Amino acid sequence: MGYVAVKGGREAIDKASDFFRYNQTRGESEPLDVEQIQNQLYFLVDRIMSEGSLYAPKLAALALKQSAGDSLEASFMLRAYRTTLPRLGYSLPVDTSQMRIIRRISAAFKDIPGGQILGPTPDYTLRLLNFDLISEGTNAHREYIASLFQGITQIDTLPETFPKVIDILRRENLLVERNVNESESSKIFDITRESLSFPASRSASLQTMSMGETGGLLTLAYSNMRGYGMVHPTVGELRVGYLDVYVKNPYTGLAERTGEIKVTEAEVISKAENRQGDSPVFTLGYGICFGHNETKAIAMAVLDRAMQAEEPQSPSEDQEFVLQHIDGIESMGFCNHYKLPHYVTFQSELDRLRKAQEKA
Amino acid sequence: MKLGKWLQQQDIDTSCHYTFAFIDEGAKREIRRKTLKAIAIPGYQVPFGSRDMPIARGWGTGGIQLTLSLIGPDEILKVIDQGSDDSVNAVNIKAFISQVTGVRLTTKVQEATLIQTRHRIPEEPLRKGQILVLQVPIPEPLRIVEPSERETRRMHAEADYSRMWLHLYENIVAYKEIMIGSRYPVFVNDRYIMDPSPIPRWDNPQLHMSEGLYLFGAGREKRIYAIPPYTDVKSIEFRDYVFRVEDFGEATCCRCGSKNTFLNEMIDDRSGKRIYSCSDTAYCSNLLDQKREGYKP
Repeated sequence: MGYVAVKGGREAIDKASDFFRYNQTRGESEPLDVEQIQNQLYFLVDRIMSEGSLYAPKLAALALKQSAGDSLEASFMLRAYRTTLPRLGYSLPVDTSQMRIIRRISAAFKDIPGGQILGPTPDYTLRLLNFDLISEGTNAHREYIASLFQGITQIDTLPETFPKVIDILRRENLLVERNVNESESSKIFDITRESLSFPASRSASLQTMSMGETGGLLTLAYSNMRGYGMVHPTVGELRVGYLDVYVKNPYTGLAERTGEIKVTEAEVISKAENRQGDSPVFTLGYGICFGHNETKAIAMAVLDRAMQAEEPQSPSEDQEFVLQHIDGIESMGFCNHYKLPHYVTFQSELDRLRKAQEKA
Repeated sequence: MKLGKWLQQQDIDTSCHYTFAFIDEGAKREIRRKTLKAIAIPGYQVPFGSRDMPIARGWGTGGIQLTLSLIGPDEILKVIDQGSDDSVNAVNIKAFISQVTGVRLTTKVQEATLIQTRHRIPEEPLRKGQILVLQVPIPEPLRIVEPSERETRRMHAEADYSRMWLHLYENIVAYKEIMIGSRYPVFVNDRYIMDPSPIPRWDNPQLHMSEGLYLFGAGREKRIYAIPPYTDVKSIEFRDYVFRVEDFGEATCCRCGSKNTFLNEMIDDRSGKRIYSCSDTAYCSNLLDQKREGYKP
């Protein structure tokens, strides 16, 4: 008689976790410092905060360390941690024209009021591997910074704020009017508290995309740009910077500054449409996310515009298709659950197949 | 009495740094309210604000949220996956729930007040007062014929199930059989078509006129639905092509010798022959114990 395993799962599971930890710790290297991850892998940290939808750089770095660099797992840990925090309230709406800019560019105009600010970006570098980085001395960072500022005596400060590029178009009646739905703006749809229903409100749609997985958003947006869709985006303005977050003091009723968040915001201008009477105007797509993640913000803006289509012609224009499939934690979880035992359902499928073969 | 106050009186150990049963009380209340609605409309999928759990989406987060919202400190819990108390998913979930609640665990159906399960209903029928929580991956039975949620909600509202019938009919034309293996749809209370979760067809009859309460939780899809006790539940069928459970022929369990349980089919390591064993391992072990002790009725 064959051996039938009915016990012993617990021990095997514990050992599998130990083995993973062993793999992570073997070798001669020093344990990673969370601060190193936070400072030196900041794009990844930003991405985890955005997809895990919790603004906590240190915890995001910790999650990355713990997950051995698996970005989906790290976002998942952050999201699960968020559940345990009390929901104290909502911050006040922020005006992104008040952003403290570190980078802002426009692809629509050569010169923009305030100027193009390239800021920190690897966009214009050649993607050649820098083999010097394999063995950097402990002082390499300090030496590099020292050489950078050598001989610089005066530093021009940036203005506090910059005007919005799309406001120029709007003033000249070239851009679609803001469509602020009164009933919607008074009540924010909170996707962490309510289940999405369709058609989803714009606030629900933007929230879902803002915590979506970068790769998921990119794939769908790319399908649209490539031809399965009609958005031909022009980046009106892309800005990266810091926003102050204000919360209303429950006792005094005054707005209190509680901190700041780094965000990336994209406004894409798309083809002209007859939306207001007879006169055609440019249309707009909007994207914003935690941290410095330009791919995600632009992809989100393209999808926001794509989903404004009245009759969806392609997957990226179908709100339900987009919003139901871009969450990294949900899609990753469901994909991986197929690794769990499915003996029982497979037995049922076998039974059906054999029966059908008998009759064939 | 408020649960918080009750908990204080019971002198519960809350040293694990999380609130009792992990989810905050406000969220539990919401889940319970949605559960009551689900019980009031048997077979109807109630949307709820599904929370993120430290267990992955698709790994039973809907079932866990139901269990955690219902559980009290004196509950006796059984968790199974594929019918087994010791399967990976069941072990994980048990470890989590017992860490955040400290409740007593059992493998015996009769002893349990609350049972969470994935892919099986225990062979032993539920008794009055028991609750069985099923983990649901895809709550929408019409998903096989219609991908859009907006459209399937309309179909349910209008009881427009023609495409489901057509699907069964097309199966019969192509294969001379209804080919749905597990997740076999049921009519609940003559109104809604419902997905019973990926249980084998073998378990469908247990849903009908049960003494216990069945709750279904889909965490990723954010839906709760229910079959209250003594509800009429019919597996969908045609008069000339009736619903049938899995047929194991003459096979018996290689451990306990049962002929009347759902069996797992395996290939024996040494002989290479096909062998069978009960999928419900607690039922199987119990029967084996009884045989060893000499059967006492």
